[in-house]
Amino acid sequence: MTTFTPSTSAEVLSTIQWAAAEESPLETLGHGSKRGIGRPLQTEHTLDLSKLTGVTLYEPAELVLSAKAGTPLAEIEQLLAENGQQFAFEPMVYGPLLGNEPGKGTIGGVLASNLSGPRRLKAGAARDHILGISAVSGRGEAFKSGGRVVKNVTGYDLSKLMANSWGTLAVLTDVTFKVLPAAETEVTLAIRGLLDDAAVAAMALALGSSAEVSSAAHLPERIAAKVAGGKHGSDAATLLRVEGFGPSVVYRIEALRKLLGKAGPLEEIAGEASKTIWRDVRDCRPFTDGSTRPVWRVSMAPSQAHHMVMALRMQAAVDAFYDWQGGLVWLSMREDDPEADLLRGLIRKYGGGHATLVRASAPHRAALPVFEPQPPHLAALSARLKAEFDPKQILNPGRMA
Amino acid sequence: MSGLAMPKPDAETMRRRAEIVADMRIIVPGEGVVDAAHEMRAFESDGLTAYRQLPLVVVLPETVAQVSRVLKYCNGRNIRVVPRGSGTSLSGGALPLEDAVLLVMSRFNRILQIDYPNRIVVAQPGVTNLGITTAVEQEGFYYAPDPSSQIACSIGGNVAENSGGVHCLKYGLTANNVLGIEMVLMNGEVVRLGGGHLDQEGYDLLGVMTGSEGLLGVVTEVTVRILKKPETARALLIGFPTSEEGGQCVADIIGAGIIPGGMEMMDRPAIHAAEDFVHAGYPLDVEALLIVELDGPSVEVDHLIGLVEAIAYRNGSTTCRISQSEQERLSFWAGRKAAFPAVGRISPDYYCMDGTIPRKELPRVLAGMRDLSEKYGLGVANVFHAGDGNLHPLILYDANVPGELDKAESFGADILRLCVEVGGVLTGEHGVGVEKRDLMPEMFNQIDLDQQMRVKCAFDPNHLLNPGKVFPQLRRCAELGRMHVHRGQVAFPDIPRF
Repeated sequence: MTTFTPSTSAEVLSTIQWAAAEESPLETLGHGSKRGIGRPLQTEHTLDLSKLTGVTLYEPAELVLSAKAGTPLAEIEQLLAENGQQFAFEPMVYGPLLGNEPGKGTIGGVLASNLSGPRRLKAGAARDHILGISAVSGRGEAFKSGGRVVKNVTGYDLSKLMANSWGTLAVLTDVTFKVLPAAETEVTLAIRGLLDDAAVAAMALALGSSAEVSSAAHLPERIAAKVAGGKHGSDAATLLRVEGFGPSVVYRIEALRKLLGKAGPLEEIAGEASKTIWRDVRDCRPFTDGSTRPVWRVSMAPSQAHHMVMALRMQAAVDAFYDWQGGLVWLSMREDDPEADLLRGLIRKYGGGHATLVRASAPHRAALPVFEPQPPHLAALSARLKAEFDPKQILNPGRMA
Repeated sequence: MSGLAMPKPDAETMRRRAEIVADMRIIVPGEGVVDAAHEMRAFESDGLTAYRQLPLVVVLPETVAQVSRVLKYCNGRNIRVVPRGSGTSLSGGALPLEDAVLLVMSRFNRILQIDYPNRIVVAQPGVTNLGITTAVEQEGFYYAPDPSSQIACSIGGNVAENSGGVHCLKYGLTANNVLGIEMVLMNGEVVRLGGGHLDQEGYDLLGVMTGSEGLLGVVTEVTVRILKKPETARALLIGFPTSEEGGQCVADIIGAGIIPGGMEMMDRPAIHAAEDFVHAGYPLDVEALLIVELDGPSVEVDHLIGLVEAIAYRNGSTTCRISQSEQERLSFWAGRKAAFPAVGRISPDYYCMDGTIPRKELPRVLAGMRDLSEKYGLGVANVFHAGDGNLHPLILYDANVPGELDKAESFGADILRLCVEVGGVLTGEHGVGVEKRDLMPEMFNQIDLDQQMRVKCAFDPNHLLNPGKVFPQLRRCAELGRMHVHRGQVAFPDIPRF
């Protein structure tokens, strides 16, 4: 049992070359903040990237930042904030939900798990902001893809392929991301007391307007009390975030008030209070309860997801709340049974999508497909791709199985 | 074809041409198979007209089942296939091969679903880019990526090329606006990636397919995000005595937290050509002309216009006009949008390049281009997507003068080498195709290229789909799959461990 802790890309390369030659599998880790997602690994050796750190390029005027893969996300976000910038895709922090420390996670992990947040709706996920990578494949070869400019169609986009690959194709050593100015002002308009179907209709109306809503979430009754320390009460809250320059935000909030005035009682939440709410929604705070009860992250078409939840409730005791205009459902099972087949069957019935079992006990994760199983042709294509990057199956073997 | 080596035609396929044509007619009955030379002439090149080649046969399928059967048939018989949308590629991505079936997707021209609550449109790949906007504009929606060929180019082709446009700084490229596709692999298997929901489960194959230039699969359906049209748009037309000042103005606008809907720059030769052509009222005594378009609610646009005007003034602008009407805004754009034909008026031929550079390197690259222009004795005019650093040098030449095309191509290659040297890339939005294929080693080493080719092997192990494009040298998948490491030959890594 060896843990390798390389501090340079060359050391990462030599470690993987050794592992490839020995056909000895490695578990790759940054801070391990998302280690509980996926099938549990039983590798003899561990590749710990937490010492492979440092921002190697940051040019605010060029909207670009490069860092070694093990650089803490928190450190990068601090640097960006000092320059009035941010990752527009708002990467979530999984640690607390999975019973780990807050504030952990590396920039490599951000890409490997394709993180995003409530702004995914408008600004995309990590995959939409990655510009270039350097990585080492399971063949023990260091390769690069992309570059440091936004517009680039030179060759296949292997950078995007790293998104959501959970370390199973290659080990990232360097990443380059697009960064963007942080909004000057943010205000959240909350509609109180709506049931799921009315909330989904209101969110669709808002997103279909020219108010440029950047996030839309619905917290059903009681769930609402579990964000921002409960200071906004427990009535259902349908949240619409508007960001930008001050005069524009005022104008667009007013437009939303006119559009939604009849939907229910409206509240405005501004500044830090608004930011706190969205951070809690982003990090799935309502289900951060110290337990290991199953939590699912489900992505579906926004108009369909609440029908699936309604049908699921007929057969299982669940708590649910919605982000992404209703298209992202966080589900917490009240019993220890993840009900994977039931849930995935209902997702298919209501237009399709995918479900990831982001929190569950190790036995459940070992027994069930944590990630959405793919149809046979697609599964075969994915397996061929994995074999092209990692023919000896030495990188996080089985994690996505 | 100026020295471009394409894959050697397969003698067996050429010999069996009549049989293949007959079989294609069985798979695609009716008018869907074209084999007469004079009728195939319309398909012999794409937007890169310097290269021409008649295909083996042109096939225009109408159903996914037909696409699947054509590909499976060809895969089983080792016949090459070149997919084509509307044929507007500027890099020769749809250039036919003598021994390949040209699979033309233009009959896939229907919009299948418009879903306003979820803000998506599902379209067949032959629908034009603008056709999607046309289908939803009565409800105030549009499809954001707007390549300049949008009236003709197909959405399937946009996926293949990851097309951009002047608005992609704020609204993203094709890759950021496509939610799902259905595609057929070379072996005939039909696969769906993504859909009406966000993010694909598993590996981001949608991300790899976008911009893969027709080498990985044939797209048969596309799901895109539509957006509500901004309430209003206004533009500033700003002139600078030097490109340095123009470039600094762009940097300062972004530094102020402003991401304009569009931000375009033109150099002196481009300004003059455009003004002579459309009389847009462009100032002729400036070295750099910047168009900055701001869109959104009018209160926001008015606020930002004031900020941008002040930034321009601080950076030494000598002229700054602000559009006061929709008509005036369009007149600012008229010259920029006509820049290519305008240059076509002052030169018998022009060759359009497409590098991207870090914006701060613009003065250095422009200076380098002036030197190269002198060296080759050919003029060059520049239009520049200033916000994202995507540069379109237009090299002026005369194809009727022997040797000038070769000279223009060498000039272009030198410009692209310069782009890579300053930290940029070979192509921002036009694709590698055949045009920049042999320049790929300027940016990638053999290991990088091999790993890209291995991705190709997972999709099309026999290299039958659009061969001769993107990769300078095709290597067999069996050869690429070999691993050259052996037990004991790599030392136990000498790095910290515990």
